[in-house]
Amino acid sequence: MNKIEAIDVNFFYGKFHALKDINMQIEERTVVAFIGPSGCGKSTFLRLFNRMNDLIPDTHLHGQILIDNQDIYQKGVAVDELRKSVGMVFQRPNPFPKSIFENVAYGLRVNGVKDESFIRQRVEETLKGAALWDEVKDKLKQSAFALSGGQQQRLCIARAMAISPSILLMDEPASALDPISTAKVEELIRQLKKDYTVIIVTHNMQQAARVSDKTAYFYLGEMIEYGETKRIFTNPEKESTQRYITGRFG
Amino acid sequence: MIPYKKNYSTRKKRSQTLLFALFSLMSYSVIGILVLILGFIIVKGIGVINWEFISTAPEEGMTKGGIFPAIVGTFYLIIGSALFAFPVGIMSGIYMNEYAPKGKVVQFIRMMTNNLSGIPSIVFGLFGMALFVNTLGFGDSILAGSLTLGLLCLPLVIRTTEEALKAIPDSYREGSYALGATKLQTVQRIILPMGMPNIITGLILSVGRVSGETAPILFTCAAYFLPHLPNSVLDQCMALPYHLYVIATSGTNIEAQLPIAYGTALVLILIILIVNLLANVLRRYFDRKVKTN
Amino acid sequence: MRKPFERIIERLFACSGYITSVVIILIVVFLFREAFGLFKSPAVEEGYTIALNKNNKVSEDQFHAQTLKLVFDSEITNWSKLGGKDEEILLFRLDDITNYYSEDELGSDLENVPVCINRLVDSMPGIIAFIPKLYVASNFKGRLIEDVAITPADFLAGKEWYPTSTPSAQFGLLPLITGTLWVSLFAILFALPFGLAVSIYMAEIAPMKIRNIMKPMIELLAGIPSVVYGFFGLVVIVPFIQKIFHLPVGESGLAGSLVLAIMALPTIITVSEDAIRNCPRSMREASLALGASHWQTINRVVLPHSFSGITSAIVLGIGRAIGETMAVLMVTGNAAVIPTSLLEPLRTIPATIAAELGEAPAGGAHYQALFMLGVVLFFITLTINLAVERITKQQKS
Repeated sequence: MNKIEAIDVNFFYGKFHALKDINMQIEERTVVAFIGPSGCGKSTFLRLFNRMNDLIPDTHLHGQILIDNQDIYQKGVAVDELRKSVGMVFQRPNPFPKSIFENVAYGLRVNGVKDESFIRQRVEETLKGAALWDEVKDKLKQSAFALSGGQQQRLCIARAMAISPSILLMDEPASALDPISTAKVEELIRQLKKDYTVIIVTHNMQQAARVSDKTAYFYLGEMIEYGETKRIFTNPEKESTQRYITGRFG
Repeated sequence: MIPYKKNYSTRKKRSQTLLFALFSLMSYSVIGILVLILGFIIVKGIGVINWEFISTAPEEGMTKGGIFPAIVGTFYLIIGSALFAFPVGIMSGIYMNEYAPKGKVVQFIRMMTNNLSGIPSIVFGLFGMALFVNTLGFGDSILAGSLTLGLLCLPLVIRTTEEALKAIPDSYREGSYALGATKLQTVQRIILPMGMPNIITGLILSVGRVSGETAPILFTCAAYFLPHLPNSVLDQCMALPYHLYVIATSGTNIEAQLPIAYGTALVLILIILIVNLLANVLRRYFDRKVKTN
Repeated sequence: MRKPFERIIERLFACSGYITSVVIILIVVFLFREAFGLFKSPAVEEGYTIALNKNNKVSEDQFHAQTLKLVFDSEITNWSKLGGKDEEILLFRLDDITNYYSEDELGSDLENVPVCINRLVDSMPGIIAFIPKLYVASNFKGRLIEDVAITPADFLAGKEWYPTSTPSAQFGLLPLITGTLWVSLFAILFALPFGLAVSIYMAEIAPMKIRNIMKPMIELLAGIPSVVYGFFGLVVIVPFIQKIFHLPVGESGLAGSLVLAIMALPTIITVSEDAIRNCPRSMREASLALGASHWQTINRVVLPHSFSGITSAIVLGIGRAIGETMAVLMVTGNAAVIPTSLLEPLRTIPATIAAELGEAPAGGAHYQALFMLGVVLFFITLTINLAVERITKQQKS
C-alpha cells in the first residue's frame, strides 16, 4: 500500500521553477533516500510532505501530495494535525533551550496532552527507542545544549518520534556529525523502519546505500530515477545517475 | 495511542487568532499614541506658525512675538556640537573598526561607549557645568553648551560609524592592500567613501538628538531671554527646547503663552520629522544604490 | 614622506578611539570633585551656630542634620531623647529674643544682643539656641556646637530633601531615590506589555510591508524630544488625570509614569524585536514540525530563547526612565516626599538637579548635594549598563 503519493508536483520559489513534474509513490514502512547534488530540489521536495515550505513567502505548488490517500494541500487540512503525523529531523541538531525531558515532551504538550504520567512514560519510551536513554537517564533535567552533537541529533529524532508520527522526514540528519555519531544515527534509522516510513535526504551516497530500501536521484529540479537502492547503485538506467554515484560529477 | 485532546487544534487556532489580534491592536495603539502626540501638537501649533513667528524675537514678556532667537540658538548649538562630535566620533569609529586590535581593546572601547550613551543627559549637564563653565572658565556660553551636547551625541556617531565600516566586506580592504595601498590610503579612498552613506545617516540622527536636548544646556548655555542674538561663542543663547520648557512651566500669563508653546513644540517636532525623514530616505536611497551596483 | 604622516594620523585615530573612556573618567572625577565637599560642609546654615547651656552634656555626635531638624521642628522635645538629662528642650531662635528682653535692654542699635544671648544661654539649662556667629560674645559662657558636618548617613538615609530648612538644610536622598524608582517601576509596568506585544507583532506577525512602516514610526517615537513629551504630558495627560481621579492637582507619579512609559517604549521595542529576530530559524521550524502552532512556537521556543535579550530591553528601558529629566520635571509635581501612591506628586533625582541647580550658589552645600545626586545617578545608570553588558555577553556564549 502506498503511504505517500506525489502526483505531477511542480513547485515555484517566486518565478524559479524548483521542482518539475515529479511523480512518486512511497510504500509504508520503507526507508527512501533522496540523493543528488546541492540545489537539485531534494530538500524542497522533502519539505512538501509536512508543508514546511508554507513558511517561505512567495512560493506555490501545483499538483497533489497524498498521504494515506488524503491530499494534504486541500483546503481545510489542519497543518498542525498533519505535522503530528509527519515528523521531521533537521540538518543540524536544533534542540530547544529547554531540558532534555522537556525537549522530548514538547510535541506532546503543544498538541494538548496534559497527563504528566503518560508524558513521563512516553519520554522514556522514545528515548529508549532512539538509543539515548542510557546516556541521559540521570540528567533529564539538564539543558539539552549540554549534550554532544550526536546526542543532540538523536534527541531531536526522539523528539520527532514522541508524538508517534507514521512518517519521519530527515533532512541530511548526519551531515553535521562525526563518523561514530553518524554510525549510531544510521543504526537508529534502520531500526525505525519497523514502525515508520522514513524519507532521508543525504549527500552521502554510502549512507543512502547503507540505510535505504529505495533511492531517488534528483537533478536540477527533476527526479531522474527512482528504484530499489541496490539496483540504483549497481545498475542505474540513466547516465546522469551513473555519473553522480560514481563521483564523476561536478 | 497518545491521548490527544479532541479539537485541540481548533482551540489552538482560535486562541492564536485572538492573541494575535490583541497584539496587533496593542501595536496599533502604540502607533496611535505617536499619531495622537504628533497630531495634537500639529493641530494646536499650525495656526501659530507663520513667517512672523519664526523670524521675530519674543515680545512683551514672551506673550507675543516669535521664537527667532531660539531657532538661531539651536542652530548654533547643532553646528557647534557637530564641529566637535563628528570628526572625533568618526575617527573613533575608524579606530575601532580598522586599527584597534580585535578582541579585548575593541570590547573595552565598545563597553565604554555603551556606558557613555547610557548616562542620563542631566549628568552631562552637571559635567559640562563643572568642566566647561567653571573649570575652563567658558561661562554659560554656546561653546560650553555645544561641547556638552557634542559629548552627549558622541556615542551615537561612534556606533553608527563603526556599524557602517563593519558592513564593508574585508575583500575590499584586501583588494586595496594587494595593489600596494597603505592602511591609511585604504581607509581614506575605499573604506570611508563606502561607509559614508550610513555614517551620514547616523550624523543626521545625532543632529536630531542635539536639537531636542534640554537638560545638558540648562546650566551650560541656555538663556531665558536675550534681547539680541549672540555675538560670539562665549555668549549665551536661547534654544528651542529650553524655550518650550520655560514658557510651558514658568509662564506668568498662560493664556497668552500657551499658543507660543504649541508653536515652539511644533517647530521642534518639524525638525525631528525632517531629520528622521531625511535619514530614512537617504538610507533607502543608498541601500538601493548598493544593491544595483 | 608618507610614513611619519601616516603615523601621526594613526595616533590621532587612536586618541579619538579612547575619547569615550576619557570622558567617562572625567565625568567621574568632576562629579566627585564638585560633590565631595558636601561631607565637609557644616550641617548648620552658613554664618550661624548652635549654642547650648554649658552644663548640657549631650554629646556633639548627636547634633547631625536630621536631629537638628527634629529638635527645631519640636518633634524631639526632651534632652533625654538625645542621651542627656531629663529636661525639656527650650528652642531659641534670634526672633525669640524679644520674648525675653525689652527693646531698651537690647539697645537702640541692637548692640547689647550678644550680651543678652550670653546671659540667656547661661541661665537656661534646657536651651538650644540657633544664632548668628556675629552675636556670639567674646566671653561666651555657653557651649558652642561647631564643626558639625553633614554626614554620609544624613545624605543616604535622610528622609527629607529640604535645602532651605533652617537651622539645618536637609539633603536626604531617600525621598528622591524612592520617587525615581517608583515612577520608573510603574513606567516599565505600563510599557512592558505594549513593548512586548509590539516587538512580537513586528518580528513575527506583521507582514513585511507593515513592519517597514512601523519601524521608522517607532524610531520617530524615540526621536521626539523629552521636553515635547513633557509638554504633551502637561497639557493633556495631567489635566486628564486630574479630572478622572478628581485630584486637587494632576501632576503626579501617574502622569510621570505614563509619560516615561511612552518614552521607554522605543527602547524596549527595538531591543526585544532584535532579540526575537535573532532566534534561529531552525528552532522555529523544529517547533512547527512538531505540530506546534505559530503562537505556541513564539511562546514556548522563541521567547525563552530571546529571554536575555528581552531582559536587556527591560533593564535598558528602566535605565532610560531613571535618567529622564525634563519630561518628569514637567509632569510629576516635584514634591520631595517618599511616595505612597501613584496619585500624589513626587520628585525624582534628575528633576531635582534640573530644578534646583540654577538657584544653588556654586560651591555651597546645596550645590554640592546636587552634584552628589549626580554621582548617585551616574552609578545607578553605570550599574544598569554593566548589567546589560553582562546579560548580552551571557547570551552570546
